[in-house]
Amino acid sequence: MSSELNALLGKGWKKPPFIKRAWLRWTLLAGFAAYLVAAVSTVPVNWARVYEGLDRGAAFVMAFTSPDFISRGGDIWSGMVESIVMTVAASVVGIAISIPIGLGAARNIAPLPVYLICRGIVAISRALQEIIVAILLVAIFGFGPLAGFLTLSFATIGFLSKLLAEDIEAMDRAQAEAIRASGARWLQWINYGVQPQVMPRLIGLSMYRLDINFRESAILGLVGAGGIGATLNTAFDRYEYDTAAAILILIIVIVMALEYLSGVIRARVQ
Amino acid sequence: MLRLEGLTKTYRTGDQALKAIDLSVPPGQVMALIGPSGAGKSTLIRCINRLVEPTAGKVWLGDTELTHLSARALRRARREMGMIFQEYALVERLTVMENVLSGRLGYVGFWRSFTRRFPQTDVDEAFRLLDRVGLLAMADKRADELSGGQRQRVGICRALIQNPKLLLVDEPTASLDPKTSRQIMRLICELCSERGLAAIINIHDVALAQMFVSRVVGLRLGEIAFDGAPTGLTPEVLTSIYGEEDWEATIQKVEDDEEPAEAAE
Repeated sequence: MSSELNALLGKGWKKPPFIKRAWLRWTLLAGFAAYLVAAVSTVPVNWARVYEGLDRGAAFVMAFTSPDFISRGGDIWSGMVESIVMTVAASVVGIAISIPIGLGAARNIAPLPVYLICRGIVAISRALQEIIVAILLVAIFGFGPLAGFLTLSFATIGFLSKLLAEDIEAMDRAQAEAIRASGARWLQWINYGVQPQVMPRLIGLSMYRLDINFRESAILGLVGAGGIGATLNTAFDRYEYDTAAAILILIIVIVMALEYLSGVIRARVQ
Repeated sequence: MLRLEGLTKTYRTGDQALKAIDLSVPPGQVMALIGPSGAGKSTLIRCINRLVEPTAGKVWLGDTELTHLSARALRRARREMGMIFQEYALVERLTVMENVLSGRLGYVGFWRSFTRRFPQTDVDEAFRLLDRVGLLAMADKRADELSGGQRQRVGICRALIQNPKLLLVDEPTASLDPKTSRQIMRLICELCSERGLAAIINIHDVALAQMFVSRVVGLRLGEIAFDGAPTGLTPEVLTSIYGEEDWEATIQKVEDDEEPAEAAE
């Protein structure tokens, strides 16, 4: 037995700490705790205002026990239809545009110039938050669902292209190489070598994006881009919390239904 | 048939994987390419069909020189070279039949392949090949449902349906058990002789190579260290290819193995 081994036998073993210098480790921990305390204590809280607001909050929460689907039924219905149309149209258009951009944004299948352009489009789309885009598009196209539709399509491109490109970059190269070795042309190569590998993820992401788009469509109404959000905003403005509660319940139900549906679909396409 | 002249590959990292390889393979010859990991075996066969671009040198397939072909002409040339891969490289989410038919992609147009409406002759040939390797019943199974040996037989069908003149085979038995390895090697060699195909088989199992092929080329650090009949692989030769080791057992094993001739399934 070597002396090196002898020195180690019978001693305990612990995973080496991530930060080796003990003083540095403890200083960082203490610093983090101090920052947390300082940060929380700087947030201003007006307790008198909170006390007054509790009543309004309670009224809002109580409204959920008696949601009113009826008295503004017509508005709710047309808002819902508008939101759903906006969501579906924006998802379909957005996904259709995302696929070529996603292919172009994958470094392992696109040449460098195409890659840079597509990554640029993705970066712009992701840098601009939906609300900001919606405000801009409402300014251009006026109030209504057209601005919402364009906003959601634009946002879908950033989301889906990026994740699709990442999935393509992580694919098994051997499978794609085998198709290329048969003398396939580029489109055939994509169709046989790449598409089958990324299809389940593409479908899963598309369903997820449909879900996100529906939830976003409820927000976009607040800045005038149409949909159920506009109805919701009006209900709040009129202090009709029971109608607002009805709308929120409907949104929750639809989101949950979409969630369930996407679960079923994803399980089937594996 | 196939002639390499001064084939050289230098990777961007500066590693010289192939150093001016000269090699020719006559029609119908099945040749094994042996050598340690990193000797350049994979690079060599990938430089032939340009899945890896060679840095210098020429590759002649019949009368065609491959290293300067345009993209379109290269696709045509690739149709003449079937490739069989390590770990099968089947497209796992496609069916067995789609995998086999993908060998015809170089011959059919995009819409035909996209809609999976291949010419009847291709479909018939696919069924014939699947029957030949004993997988006719599996035609509509998804490729990832098959066992390793079955997958490699699908890989063989995919290469053969191209109707190639040359087979490039990269470690066909690397992840298979010893019995299946032999069955696959036997199948490849039988099919080559049935169809008069030339083949280059990368393999690191020296004993297996000796069992089936008529010519062995040893590659060491990107250079040819041995070229001859399998019987010429003496301990000295193996040492020159792989480095110092006790080779008696490897060579011995071959002689023992010859006796129990098991039938392919």
